[in-house]
Amino acid sequence: MSTKTDTPRDPGSADAGSDLGAAGSQLSTAPTEDITFPSLGPLGWVRWFWRQLTSMRVALLLLFLLSIGAIPGSLIPQTSVDPVKVDQFKADHSTLAGIYDKLGMFHVYSSVWFSAIYLLLFISLIGCIVPRSWQFVGQLRGRPPAAPRRLTRLPAYTTWRTAAAPEDVLGAAGRLLKKRHFRAHRDATAVAAEKGYLREVGNLVFHVALIVMLVAFAVGGLWKAEGNKLVTEGDGFANSLTQYDEFKSGPFYDTDDMEPFGFKLDRFDATYERTGPQRGTPRTYRAQISYFLGADGKQHRTAIEVNKPLDIAGNKVYLLSHGYSPVVTVKDGRGKTVYHGATAFLPADPKNLTSTGVVKVPGAQTEDGKRNQLGFQAMFVPTFGGRGTGSMFSQFPALDFPVLSVNAYHGDLGLDSGLPQSVYKLDTKRLKKYQDDKGGILKKMLLPKDRVDRHAGAKNKAAVRAAEAQTTMKLPNGEGSITFEGVKSWASFKVSHQPGNGLALTGAVGALLGLAASLFIQRRRVWVRAETGADGVTVVEMAALGRSESARLPEELAQLAGELWPDAPPAPDPAPDTEDPAEPTDSDGPADPSEGARA
Amino acid sequence: MNIAAAANETLAHNSNLLVYSAMAVYTLAFLAHMAEWVFGSRSKVGRTAAALTARSTAPATVPVQTSSAAGGTAVLERPAVVTKSVPGSRDVPDGPGAAGDTEKGDLYGRIAISLTVLAWALHVGGVLTRALSVQRAPWGNMYEFSTTFAAVAVGLYLLLLALKKKVRWIGLPLVTTVLLDLGLAVSVLYTASDQLVPALHSYWLWIHVSCAIISGAALYLGAVSTLLFLFRDSYESKLADPAGKQPGAFASSVLERLPSAASLDKFAYRVNATVFPLWTFTIIAGAIWAEAAWGRYWGWDPKEVWAFITWVAYACYLHARATAGWKGRKAAYLGLIGFACYLFNYYGVNIFVTGLHSYAGV
Repeated sequence: MSTKTDTPRDPGSADAGSDLGAAGSQLSTAPTEDITFPSLGPLGWVRWFWRQLTSMRVALLLLFLLSIGAIPGSLIPQTSVDPVKVDQFKADHSTLAGIYDKLGMFHVYSSVWFSAIYLLLFISLIGCIVPRSWQFVGQLRGRPPAAPRRLTRLPAYTTWRTAAAPEDVLGAAGRLLKKRHFRAHRDATAVAAEKGYLREVGNLVFHVALIVMLVAFAVGGLWKAEGNKLVTEGDGFANSLTQYDEFKSGPFYDTDDMEPFGFKLDRFDATYERTGPQRGTPRTYRAQISYFLGADGKQHRTAIEVNKPLDIAGNKVYLLSHGYSPVVTVKDGRGKTVYHGATAFLPADPKNLTSTGVVKVPGAQTEDGKRNQLGFQAMFVPTFGGRGTGSMFSQFPALDFPVLSVNAYHGDLGLDSGLPQSVYKLDTKRLKKYQDDKGGILKKMLLPKDRVDRHAGAKNKAAVRAAEAQTTMKLPNGEGSITFEGVKSWASFKVSHQPGNGLALTGAVGALLGLAASLFIQRRRVWVRAETGADGVTVVEMAALGRSESARLPEELAQLAGELWPDAPPAPDPAPDTEDPAEPTDSDGPADPSEGARA
Repeated sequence: MNIAAAANETLAHNSNLLVYSAMAVYTLAFLAHMAEWVFGSRSKVGRTAAALTARSTAPATVPVQTSSAAGGTAVLERPAVVTKSVPGSRDVPDGPGAAGDTEKGDLYGRIAISLTVLAWALHVGGVLTRALSVQRAPWGNMYEFSTTFAAVAVGLYLLLLALKKKVRWIGLPLVTTVLLDLGLAVSVLYTASDQLVPALHSYWLWIHVSCAIISGAALYLGAVSTLLFLFRDSYESKLADPAGKQPGAFASSVLERLPSAASLDKFAYRVNATVFPLWTFTIIAGAIWAEAAWGRYWGWDPKEVWAFITWVAYACYLHARATAGWKGRKAAYLGLIGFACYLFNYYGVNIFVTGLHSYAGV
């Protein structure tokens, strides 16, 4: 068996403990460092491993590893945060991405190694706090340790001579300490008292609260569900799986139990900074909605803002983003309206909301009744820069000068192929471009009809025709037309069901309170000894010991001594020829050898 | 532009003027502190060496002093308490401060503090007028965060001075870094006063960010103390070992005047331990806000990750300080790492990493 100690002993508490015997023991339940190797044998090794894992050194190491392990996740794109960026990264760095993928660098916080660190840390934590709790219960049931023989060795010490009897002094000291909420215990010649147990309580509460938070995190991950839904003004949403654009849930979430609620987007308001260097920066977003709860619930009106989600039936509805849905009417070759409605366009430029989108019209036919599906690819700008700027990019995110630029396709949209298709993209494989007179792509910039009509004012035929020319693109050969009617806004919402939030908050508050208690409360012991000296005069000695060095400890001792003073009035000092009245000196004062000799 | 906007523009302009004036006065305070250190160097040094040498030659027995206030003078109302330092630590008195024992140095030191108070008043004025000009909390972008941060750091220092704590030694490093911080703010990070993006429209902005600022400012004071502790500690170690390499004249002159390593370490610990719960609260408040704004309280956004790393680093520091073999220098390094994480979370994450917190308007 090899036994070796490779760390120096704690110079603070451990020494205080060994010097002062029981007096300094268990002032905290912190584990003592024990780095001895076990005798061979499986059980011995298991015990050794367990002791290492629960030691403060290893906990410290794990804590440090945890912080280092968290770093890559903030610098390398994460699938859970931004999958698009991850794909981009993989495309840009093919070799590196392979290595990263193996190491789980694209999902650091759910990777094996990161989980291993925090699980080991939490096991270490549990292995540490369980015995500490038992010890602490033992301390609470026990008594403060008896006064050490030599109180002078304690960090704060005072003494004086009094005419009062030792009995009376000790009685008064006991009462005083109890009044000051110390747990005090008296034996023959001394009172032992201790205070500040809440420090240890706080410490334990803090560490238990961390475990509670971990559990809450796990609960949140396993039972959560969240989905996204884009809603255009005037449209509604009901909470069922099929209604979501995108939906993901934890393994234990039951989609059959979805709460029956829904809402309608009445209006979406956005304001933007109009002047200054931050022109175009959003200032307010507000989605005015009417919502209902239950199968035949009443309609309520409310607004959802960025920081004000709608809290409904255990779900929260957040406003995520917004954009524009141009309203168009499409007529086919028969002159029949085959499409009328708002189509959500996705912003290509998040700042000024230049957006792109497509309109698919599967039901269109030619004049003679042949199938002629129409598809329109369009770019929408809320604020057009004006003709001649050469730019089809929006100048401002609000609807100051909305323009829709369209080109048209016809043929087979490919909707019957059975493959799922994006509503934001046109599958042009079996589509043909409409061409203009010169053989180029048929393309036109349209103005919204509602605004043009408003501006036109007096209605004469010429004005109506002029307005139509501005708002409608006619397809060649009389195969139909598309009219830009107006613009609606859309807002996208996240519906999130996240259980365990309350638990997490409880854990967080508990951790905070525990932390405050464990850092701000000082655990300390005070001893008062009163004995009759050789000359028949009572000598009172008081000493205090704290877990950590604190300036408040001597102050408190002085205060206690001051309060004990009336019950133990100082006796005159012995004649000067036997002893010098010691000057009140501070701790930095020079050491007088004669005093040392006297001790 | 309406009249109110014009008034706000004027306020914002005044705010800039105040910040520039504050920088000018901080510069004067910096020069005064330099003068304090220069004139203070003429004082006699060697207290620490004397104490350490005396210790090594003194008899091993620890003297016991009985003190009785009632005897002799009877001035004291209560008995004097004898304190003993923790066994194992050096019993070294604190240095006399930058001014040394020189009157001239002390005069310059006092001038420096007066100038710092004046600069701080201007500085706070600048922050307040900025807040008034936009009628919101003055920490909506990096420029505002930096200026407010510096104001809080100086405010905490002045508060400690007002409470009669011996912290004048922080003066020079603090004023220097405040100048750097403000210089960076007005030149690189400057953003014209404006309204906030909708994501920041929340009362949590007041709570979460103000706590982050106060925590950071206090942690900064702790970090300065920790850094000086490392210098002073190695200085004391060298003195305690007369056979080894001795510190140079300049190092002696500067380090001799600092508080003892034990005092610096204790100050740093107290600051860090006091602020740690506040930093914890900052993160919790941020999580609550994130829950309200983004639908999850924790999503490993870079800012969240680095707040967490900072928290863990300081947790390491606090645990290390209570663990054998990690006290002293090792714990101090952890404390510095913690503050470096805070700094990276501010500058690094805002500038180099994009995440949900990227609306700071760099």
